[in-house]
Amino acid sequence: MRLRAVLIGTLFIGILLVLAGLAWTWRSAIEPISLGAKQVADAKAIRQGAELAAIGNCSDCHTTKSGAPYAGGRALDASPYGTIYSSNITPDPETGIGTWSEEAFRRAMHEGVDREGRHLYPAFPYDHFTHATDQDIHALYVFLMSQQAVRSTVPANDLKFPFNIRLLAAGWKILFLNRGTLQSDSSQSAEWNRGRYLVEGLGHCSSCHTPRNLLGAEKKNSAFAGATVEGWYGPPLNSSIYAAHKWNAEQLAEYLSTGWHKMHGAAAGPMADVAKNLRQASRENVHAMAIYIASLSDDSKAPTAPAQDNPVVNAASEVTAIYTGACAKCHNDRNDVGPSKALPLSRSTAVHQADSANAVRAVLYGIQAYRGSGGPYMPAFDGILTDVQIASVVEYVRARYSAGPQWTDINKQITKARQEGGQP
Amino acid sequence: MTISLKVNGKSHEVNDDPSTPLLYVLRNNLGLRGPKFGCGLGQCGACTVHVNGRATFSCILPIAALAGREVTTTEGLMENGKPNKLQQAFIDEEAAQCGYCISGMVMRAQALLNAKPKPTEEEIRGSMSPNLCRCGTHAAILRAIRRAAVA
Repeated sequence: MRLRAVLIGTLFIGILLVLAGLAWTWRSAIEPISLGAKQVADAKAIRQGAELAAIGNCSDCHTTKSGAPYAGGRALDASPYGTIYSSNITPDPETGIGTWSEEAFRRAMHEGVDREGRHLYPAFPYDHFTHATDQDIHALYVFLMSQQAVRSTVPANDLKFPFNIRLLAAGWKILFLNRGTLQSDSSQSAEWNRGRYLVEGLGHCSSCHTPRNLLGAEKKNSAFAGATVEGWYGPPLNSSIYAAHKWNAEQLAEYLSTGWHKMHGAAAGPMADVAKNLRQASRENVHAMAIYIASLSDDSKAPTAPAQDNPVVNAASEVTAIYTGACAKCHNDRNDVGPSKALPLSRSTAVHQADSANAVRAVLYGIQAYRGSGGPYMPAFDGILTDVQIASVVEYVRARYSAGPQWTDINKQITKARQEGGQP
Repeated sequence: MTISLKVNGKSHEVNDDPSTPLLYVLRNNLGLRGPKFGCGLGQCGACTVHVNGRATFSCILPIAALAGREVTTTEGLMENGKPNKLQQAFIDEEAAQCGYCISGMVMRAQALLNAKPKPTEEEIRGSMSPNLCRCGTHAAILRAIRRAAVA
């Protein structure tokens, strides 16, 4: 009898807990708006929103290679959980966000809940967007609503059990979503605070530059310590920075807004799209971001000037001939920039970092993102050189132009890069 | 240094610096003037040849890297001394103005058609994008490739 009471009691408490949990995580739908209800927004807010969308790199995830802007459908590799497809954020009422009120859009940005009340997966970086001010969200909203509506249904997510249960995202938020705006730091300049707001908020830079834990959340105690994204290594932006020599804010500002700096190299891989978007941002905003990012590595021990050209005495004659005939046509001077904006490799971040991920991918697939816009360019050596030759040339460059230890992952990176396919 | 090269099915012994680009050897040592020198930096595609069947910039490919690999130039696409189907399609569509890029264009397109005899428009444009034409003959070039693909 007593046991039965205990059992019933336990069951009762269990049901209460589940109900409390459901109440905690339940979000109501927000009334759809009809197209006629949409207000004509002022051009200034739309322009602001366009700039914020560029800073947020929205189009990168929400556009496929050949699709219409913001129509979604890009497959985001959410390994090991599966694949998530970005949503259509054009104002199409049926397949996009055309029925979303500004309130619904703000809730999605701040809380990661869609208009219907469903929890969104944190592939949508609301852990950053939650810091955006209501005013900026208004600008983004009117900008997106001013875009061409595109009727395009995105594929369903392909997530493994149990990650296909959306409610898990609610639990994730309890653990990892710190809602609200950032308190400004009065010991820092207004520009630094503006930069932090953009970098930590809409810019969501740490999404790619901070390693993640087993639940896919950024490790707060390793902020900006570097992480692998789409095969490429997003290098550390903190004091463990791998740069051949120290970055300063002016260099960063130029790099971010043009995709290239003569002392550091090209923004390649996923960073190329970030830089291409940042071209549309104002100088003031990019400069503020640069001030904040540069401050993250203030205490870096990186040298102030690069100086590394070790004669590689034991290299096979084949690899030196390949280096001379293939690489040195552009990387042709120890002290100056060559054709196609090729840097002396002693200045290259890719050559100095801990693994060969970026060096291998740059050689295999080249740097194609700025073709037609006068930016840096590198031909893809896939097919020009064999994989064995690529491996030996990468090894040679590391030995010659960096003081770091030999890379042991080159062949593994080549195999992995081939599985991923070429860069976007 | 002597290096053996297999070009258009024939073996050659070439005595040159191992860092010499394949393009120079094809034109200067072997007299194959199809592939052209455009930029010399792998930017324009005028030098495109096939290496083991893949379209490749020959201007940035040192001969040291060619051991055991087979090279084909536009001359090697000829069939019984006549232009092959793709080359004939370029002629029929008059897909040349100054003609400097055409050898590279043909080689790039041939590699695509070998891999995919009926490519989509997107595949054609995507795979031709490394090759540039300064005269603006792209539309005729695309027509020639489509003609060869359906013929």
